[in-house]
Amino acid sequence: MFDIQNIRKDFPILGIEIHGKPLVYADNAASTQKPQQVIDVISDLYTKNYANIHRGVHQLSQRSTALYENARETVQKFINAESSQEIVFVRGATEAINLVASSYLDPLLEQGDEILISEMEHHSNIIPWQMLAERKRASLKIIPLLENGELDLETLPELLGPKVKLLAVTQMSNSLGTINDVSSMIRQAHAMNIPVLLDGAQSIAHIPIDVQALACEFFVFSGHKIYGPTGIGVLYAKKKVLEGMRPYQGGGDMILDVSFEKTEFNEVPYKFEAGTPNIEGAIGLATALDYVSELGVANIDKYEQKLLKYATVQFEAIQGLRIIGTAACKGSVISFVIEGIHPHDIGTILDMEGVAVRTGHHCTQPVMDCYNIPATTRVSLCFYNTKAEVDAITGAIKKVKELMG
Amino acid sequence: MSELRELYQEVILDHNRNPRNFRKLELHSHHANGHNPLCGDKLELFLEVKDGMIKDIAFIGSGCAISTSSASLMTQFLKGKSVAETRRYFDHFHDLVTGQELTAEDLEGLGKLAVFAGVQEFPVRVKCASLAWHTLMNALESTAKTAQTED
Ligand SMILES: Cc1ncc(COP(=O)(O)O)c(C=O)c1O
Repeated sequence: MFDIQNIRKDFPILGIEIHGKPLVYADNAASTQKPQQVIDVISDLYTKNYANIHRGVHQLSQRSTALYENARETVQKFINAESSQEIVFVRGATEAINLVASSYLDPLLEQGDEILISEMEHHSNIIPWQMLAERKRASLKIIPLLENGELDLETLPELLGPKVKLLAVTQMSNSLGTINDVSSMIRQAHAMNIPVLLDGAQSIAHIPIDVQALACEFFVFSGHKIYGPTGIGVLYAKKKVLEGMRPYQGGGDMILDVSFEKTEFNEVPYKFEAGTPNIEGAIGLATALDYVSELGVANIDKYEQKLLKYATVQFEAIQGLRIIGTAACKGSVISFVIEGIHPHDIGTILDMEGVAVRTGHHCTQPVMDCYNIPATTRVSLCFYNTKAEVDAITGAIKKVKELMG
Repeated sequence: MSELRELYQEVILDHNRNPRNFRKLELHSHHANGHNPLCGDKLELFLEVKDGMIKDIAFIGSGCAISTSSASLMTQFLKGKSVAETRRYFDHFHDLVTGQELTAEDLEGLGKLAVFAGVQEFPVRVKCASLAWHTLMNALESTAKTAQTED
């Protein structure tokens, strides 16, 4: 079913060497590598089909407009949105969250109101809310973390008070791997008439997403974490909600009629896509989503879970190594610390072995504070990683201990 | 592995495990915080300067082996030296870790600090090695400014 050697051939970069060793790329939570299909579609666009979109009557403009709008439909189907009008192309998860903060929540938020997030959020799902709350004299409320890396959902009923205007929470933690029970959280929030934004930056590449079943008001993700290009991402919002929101940026393409007295804004989603968008990004993203669909997200999930289990057992056997984040439901992310050895030194030594991992706080400083550690080393795996690569990582970690011990 | 052995020399590992002058100076004339946001290294540096001489110098904090050992070796090196000399040593140390040419005499002047030559093969680690030194310059400058306003 899962022909890993053939899959790896689709990703040309996986064949390169780093410091004379075969690359072991285990930094997929930061960004994923691109299959040849994505590289080719961007190259094809520029060699055969490129022009600006929504503007020209000429053939090329029509072609690239069609490719761009088809990409929107591909995204719609991938997350099972009801309509392609609910798909707004943005730069990434970060911009999508900022857009919601500024176009949706800003006009609604009043002094004393609350925005509910969790202790495991990426900085990009903290700072936009913090900035807004400060401006409006509202406050941030935090769902706390438990020792094992799960959210303490027993606190939720109390936290979902009448002043909460939005619940913004990640579906999967980038530093702990925890997959949150968002369905239950959404149900509880909706019972209190509180809308929900899901940060899908990590979950999108690992678990099947159905925004209609989830019933969240907003879902955001970045293309580069699901084998697509950088600089493109998606804001999904329910059409009714989107229509009620004010524009984010002003410019071309987001208007119907302009005079110096008054401007009539375009319909959704165009109202939120001012200026010439990332055309090749959207088309590249759609190709990446097609690629993932062909493998099947459920199949990917199954394979990655096996790999995660295998890696967890290997790593746990290393003396002095402690895994940070041991939730029952996890994606293929393993953060760890080794007694007496700083993650930054681990990162350098692994790099010399050809192993690419991330070290640091992973843009989740509150998580590090919660565990009282400055940083972790994070191994994040995906469907193109193999057991042999996990063995190589394990071997490299043992070398770290030899060298630094 | 040879570049790694060059980087993580025994002296560096020893100072990482047992950093010297690792304490707060309750009585100090100069003080600064250093922070390397990329890797979360944090250190706090204290100096006791009298008549232009560094009488005592100490630090606390947490960081990687390179930044911790660099702070430790720096404090050992600077104790008893004059403030006036520190700028020159800062420049020489910077040249050393970034792989610039140093005269034999200048290299010798750095004494034990020469073990950090291995850092030049690891450009992303230059910040770790020089964090203590940047903190030192900030400590000396900031208090110098305060001193000026008091004049
Ligand atoms: C959970 C999570 N949210 C948001 C982001 C931000 O994504 P981007 O930097 O692509 O906007 C990331 C990326 O690291 C993430 O892991």
